[in-house]
Amino acid sequence: MADLAVRCAGVNLRNPFLLASGVWGESGESLAGAWNAGAGGVITKSIGSVPRPGYPNPTVETYERWGLLNAMGLPNPGIDEYPREIEIARKAGATVIGSVFGGNAEEFARLAVRMAATGVVALELNLSCPHAEGFGTEVGGTPADVERIVRAVTKEVSIPVIAKITPNTNDAAGLAVAAERGGASAVSAINTLRAIAIDVHLRRPVLSHGLGGLSGSAIKPVGLACVWQIFEKVSIPVVGVGGIASAQDALEYVMAGARALEVGTQVTFEGIGAFGRLSRELSILLDELGISRIEEAVGVAHRAGSVPRD
Amino acid sequence: MRSVVAVTDRVTETPSTVTLRFPYPPAAAPGQFVMVWLPGDDELPMSLSYTDELSKGVTIKAMGGTSRRVQAIREGDPIGIRGPYGNRFDLSPKRVLIVSGGSGAAVLAPAASRARAAGKTVTVALGATKSAELLFKERFRAMGARVEVATDDGSEGAKGFVTGVAERLLASEPFDAVWTCGPEVMMKKVIAAARSVPVFCSMERHMKCALGMCDACALGPYHVCVDGPVFPAEALRSVPDFGAFHRDSSGRRVPF
Repeated sequence: MADLAVRCAGVNLRNPFLLASGVWGESGESLAGAWNAGAGGVITKSIGSVPRPGYPNPTVETYERWGLLNAMGLPNPGIDEYPREIEIARKAGATVIGSVFGGNAEEFARLAVRMAATGVVALELNLSCPHAEGFGTEVGGTPADVERIVRAVTKEVSIPVIAKITPNTNDAAGLAVAAERGGASAVSAINTLRAIAIDVHLRRPVLSHGLGGLSGSAIKPVGLACVWQIFEKVSIPVVGVGGIASAQDALEYVMAGARALEVGTQVTFEGIGAFGRLSRELSILLDELGISRIEEAVGVAHRAGSVPRD
Repeated sequence: MRSVVAVTDRVTETPSTVTLRFPYPPAAAPGQFVMVWLPGDDELPMSLSYTDELSKGVTIKAMGGTSRRVQAIREGDPIGIRGPYGNRFDLSPKRVLIVSGGSGAAVLAPAASRARAAGKTVTVALGATKSAELLFKERFRAMGARVEVATDDGSEGAKGFVTGVAERLLASEPFDAVWTCGPEVMMKKVIAAARSVPVFCSMERHMKCALGMCDACALGPYHVCVDGPVFPAEALRSVPDFGAFHRDSSGRRVPF
């Protein structure tokens, strides 16, 4: 059996499949459930300074099994109440990564200190939510923003910091380079793609917020391209995320340069069993391809020779 | 994906509850729920109170502001529907006791109806604050169920909580299953009174996506939208949330 363990951003993971932020993660029991089902680690809901109810419904639209559109609006219990949920997940033995979002570098830094104090193994900075006014892409959409926020955080905390960057830009790699300059230990890419759904009968957007973010299989090739470009520009590890639904998807991301992976929409569609299945199938696929350790495959597609022409 | 449908019937069931019926052919079973979208307002989870082949119905209690606006919907108005979602009541037991508190009857009535149609014996302990608020009393009787009533103010049937009626029935008669929906304190008492009779509870939590993604409806290790809404009592026994707290739209724990 191939070895699925990876070391990413200074954290040892029993397998590369992390629960993506935003899926479950409001409750400690849900995080523990993902861990017990075989996730390599779990990333919390993005937590802010104060409790936030998120947008009114409708907040989601589904497209068969190929896509999920959402504008939840960053609902979260706030950093004062959330540590008890992390405690539940940690008691279950889970490797927990804490996600935070702020409206500016100072707020990010304050939240990061509070989150680090809960005992999470690393932080993920949400610089990329495409649908929350004053947060996410709006504050982390340019290289200068990313570098300033990441630097403010890494100055204050000693645990690894992962910057989750947006694909809603023409230069995701530039954002990743900025994160590396700011001291990030890794970058994760991608967050959802900005998207919208319209109801033709009612002649209005479906989501209460109008714009949302698209996830799921539909965005996999876009995520892969971002990871591919980022891998060529940075020396820190890349966490690949976007439409991973099968072992093949996972290995494509790894060969494009990802060292760890996040799974979200597939967990929604398939349920908690997705984690065990992905690990089993990835192990089988690696065996078939003669790859004994997943880490050997990181970025190998970049080393392929060019096609000879006559 | 949603369907936008026009409400065909609007029925005032009690002073605080109204039923909306609409054409919606997707198959649904008693216990399941749909997400009902009021364009421009909100989208809410609602248990199906009618699960006919071509049309479905929901019965809503006026609680929050949006529930009140659902009540303001008239026949012909468009609403969005997605689903059905969630699990269903196991309709195989032969002698069923239904314990309903307030609007809990909305989800229990179609289950009773299917059970009666299959020749099962159905007894209903029906509770409400007062006589006028007894939901679906005539509907239960018309399907051939025995109905025993309790009202908080004693205006009809036994005075007091419906749990008293349920305790008496469970102590004196044999049942193969108990189906219950209502306040969680009530359901906890029903579970205690049922002893070895299997109890199935229809649970309610704040719900947003109904897909098992957002975690709003987390109930211990479960998500009510995909693992429920119907839970066997033994699944709830180890859930500290049950009867103790739910979560608000930000995910904060709120005691009952």
